[in-house]
Amino acid sequence: MKCRVCREPAVIDVRRQNANYCTEHFLRMCRDQVAKAIAEFDMIERNERVLVAVSGGKDSLAVWDILRELGYDADGFSIGLGIGEYSDESSRYARAFAEERGLTLHACDLRTEHGFDVPTAAAATRRVPCSACGLSKRHLFDDAARRHGYDVVATGHNLDDEAAVLFGNVLRWQTDYLGRQLPVLPARNGFPRKVKPLVRLGERETAAYCVLRGIDYIVEECPMAAGNKHLGYKDALNRIEAQSPGSKHDFYFGYLQRASSRFTPEVEEEQGALVPCARCGAPTTGDVCAFCKLAERAAGHEPVALRARR
Amino acid sequence: MKVVLRNPRREVDVPGPISVIALLNRFELSRESVLVIQGDTLVPGDAMLDGDETIEIRPVISGGCA
Repeated sequence: MKCRVCREPAVIDVRRQNANYCTEHFLRMCRDQVAKAIAEFDMIERNERVLVAVSGGKDSLAVWDILRELGYDADGFSIGLGIGEYSDESSRYARAFAEERGLTLHACDLRTEHGFDVPTAAAATRRVPCSACGLSKRHLFDDAARRHGYDVVATGHNLDDEAAVLFGNVLRWQTDYLGRQLPVLPARNGFPRKVKPLVRLGERETAAYCVLRGIDYIVEECPMAAGNKHLGYKDALNRIEAQSPGSKHDFYFGYLQRASSRFTPEVEEEQGALVPCARCGAPTTGDVCAFCKLAERAAGHEPVALRARR
Repeated sequence: MKVVLRNPRREVDVPGPISVIALLNRFELSRESVLVIQGDTLVPGDAMLDGDETIEIRPVISGGCA
């Protein structure tokens, strides 16, 4: 295999581009794709402060690294979710990345600061752990951005993530979710702008970026995510991709270009009804926000030991 | 040749030489879902692996849905 740019030996193929790359030109391609996404969707202005949602996994560390490489003022924020050794290990990778590069990493711990953890919240609500985890992360990232004065929250969602979520939402025609599934959610009513700079990169590419940049990240899968629907959707899409490279890209970007605007009115209707949460002040559609309700239910529940999903 | 697999982490001895494609087929893995790593770099899909090195086959799919 030869690099498409320099014809030197390649280290990776990107089938949907029908291209192979050497290390130097692969890293450049990744940065170019992120820069293109930022420009195409007006994600970040040059003078803005960015808070990166950092888990310690490949995507969040890759997006933080690339944003810094592109010259953005980007700090990190990580959350101790209380998922046993997995959370401890994830936090170690996030801290090591920041320390080695002299970057600012804000941190918060669910159990210490809010009185519960993800396994307990899942048990208290009798819902899948990913639901409580996602709700907590969205709330705490928004809150951290407000408190620390950041303009934008950047997450590590990549093309595979977005295609899989779209796939799941289309399967059930969840039109309210479809209306929000955009690379940029504008700032509004107390929410910071949220951006997904990795939407033009697949997760094989973000993992390869980390390996080739010497970025250590947690490789092990979250024990509570095993067997979830999202992984099933990714598996299905990867089978399609293997037969027809570029399918995931066309599915997601085709949706953005040709269909997403049809679903935004439902979201705009909901946005008009936001009021401050009576307890924490976060924007919400009711008196008390979903996070405060979750914290109340989980705090009243006996802490549960971590148990992997099967 | 020593092959490191993940989730859970384990080591398997595989006789070489063997192509990357044949190695992945042996473990029924798709090229789209893994990276083949040697040291601090990647091994391309058309490479032949001899019997002396340690190779890691690292999954790239993560399952968080939030």
